[in-house]
Amino acid sequence: MATTPFYNRVQKLRSRYPERRSAVLPALQLAQEEHGGWLPPEALREVADALDETPGYVLSIASFYDMLNLEPVGRHLVEVCTNLSCALAGAQAVLDAFAGELGVEPGGTAEDGLATLRAIECAGGCGRAPVVVVDGVYREPVHPEDVPEIVGELRGD
Amino acid sequence: METELFLAGTEDHDLRRISEYREVGGYAALEKARALTPQQVLDEITGATLRGRGGAGFPMGRKASLLAKDTGKPIYLVVNADESEPGAFKDRDVMGLTPHRLLEGCLITAHGIESTAVFIYIRGEYEHEFEVLRDALEEVLAADLLGGVSIVVHRGAGAYICGEETALLESLEGNRGQPRPRPPFPPVNGLYGAPTQINNVSTIALVPKIVELGAEAFSKIGAPSAPGTAVFSLSGCIARPGNYERPLGTTLRELIYDVGGGVADGRELKAIIPGGSSVPVLTPDQVDTPMDYDSIGAAGSFFGSAALIVIDERVCMVQLALRAAQFYMHESCGRCTPCRVGTRWLVQLLQKIEEGEGEERDLDLLESVCDRMLGKSLCALGDFAVYPVSSYLRKYRSDFEAHLGGAGCPFHESPIEGIVAPVSQHSGHPEVAHV
Repeated sequence: MATTPFYNRVQKLRSRYPERRSAVLPALQLAQEEHGGWLPPEALREVADALDETPGYVLSIASFYDMLNLEPVGRHLVEVCTNLSCALAGAQAVLDAFAGELGVEPGGTAEDGLATLRAIECAGGCGRAPVVVVDGVYREPVHPEDVPEIVGELRGD
Repeated sequence: METELFLAGTEDHDLRRISEYREVGGYAALEKARALTPQQVLDEITGATLRGRGGAGFPMGRKASLLAKDTGKPIYLVVNADESEPGAFKDRDVMGLTPHRLLEGCLITAHGIESTAVFIYIRGEYEHEFEVLRDALEEVLAADLLGGVSIVVHRGAGAYICGEETALLESLEGNRGQPRPRPPFPPVNGLYGAPTQINNVSTIALVPKIVELGAEAFSKIGAPSAPGTAVFSLSGCIARPGNYERPLGTTLRELIYDVGGGVADGRELKAIIPGGSSVPVLTPDQVDTPMDYDSIGAAGSFFGSAALIVIDERVCMVQLALRAAQFYMHESCGRCTPCRVGTRWLVQLLQKIEEGEGEERDLDLLESVCDRMLGKSLCALGDFAVYPVSSYLRKYRSDFEAHLGGAGCPFHESPIEGIVAPVSQHSGHPEVAHV
């Protein structure tokens, strides 16, 4: 088998663990980064090849975790926590504001591909609610009036 | 000045840097511990009655005493940094502000249990804290403090269930994060089938202070049955939300009113969730209960992750129950039928009640579903889904009854009305859409 840079990076991950299978999650995270934020079938095959697993096994892992995406996402990922403490602090109005500004329902991707919008479960920022996570970076708190500026930032990227 | 064990030194030092951590005495405890025998280190931890800060409150020293000896296999130390309980955000600050205290705790504990391999399983969303921890670990490596111990920081990928210790081990082994049947328990058969000590971030982060102060001095802080401090996470309808370190045994009243500034906007207190969304709710007349494992237990709830969610008079307890139930439905791993199916039933029944389509018998059915779920699953998630629903129903039954007979939700000021939960994005069933 030809060794690709990805293959070699996964071998390095693999060497950190007593058993190779432990590297499945870090390898999937790496593959997702390299494939534009999601895991197309070829990404699952690359992970499987690098770890001597089957693509089916790798898919069974990928489908278990919320942060691994099996469908394409937008260029940015906007996640609004709607769990108890954020809900009490007005998360729904924040989610609505993003939906309006991006022109997309929660769970969907804007037509121009700018961003995917999601409601998520507790992100662990309850003391600075409502929490919004943009491309993995916590913004806390975010109020509806902050939303146009955040979306503007994403457009300007 | 409040007694600080976790956050000591953070006010005037950047404790993410090893040089500043050393200025406040950092890594002196490690040196002291390494001069002791492993058993002497464990004796200090046992003598301090250090109880687990992750939720169950199990004494760390007793856990270590259960580790299988002479198995011919390595002994692993696994740190549970998968903090995901709604309302909880203490470990995030412990890692983000004092990463070296956690790493020092790992190295001291590793010496105590004679382990050379440590894994820290951190929830995937905590990317910033992961980076802080990784940078701190590089400093530890550069300072040659590892002493032959390896520490791997392993990132999760978004699954509440992986905070359950056996699900965490499965996930760390590269499997789906589904809990294991017990026995065998992790001290006998844990990671890769080897004896494994698993502790929460906040438990391990206290270990250096125990070695520094000595068990006797440590056990004089806080409640006699549970010495030390906790980082209390205050959120919800409270004037000054945030993380505050206080001794165990501080009352809910002190935490809510003195520390947190009281209910936000001067509203009336309606309910207190003392330990994160999974624990039974307490009523305002219980506000003088001390926050320690035994006192909160006697009051009918759990200390949990010391995450207080304050609920004010406007909030509809049916909506709150529904949103909590949606969370547990979303996070159920699907392995045990009572949890997988029961969480869906809870959501459907609560949805029906919230929409005004419920009748008296639906409340009975809700109770019955709770009874049939409780204690019936491999792990506690099935119970966690029940505690909010059954306790809100029992203690705030009039809120539920006010919805019946076509009345619909009478709480027009409730701040969580119409909240969209992630289940509505994933579910193919429109009837379990949103509140």
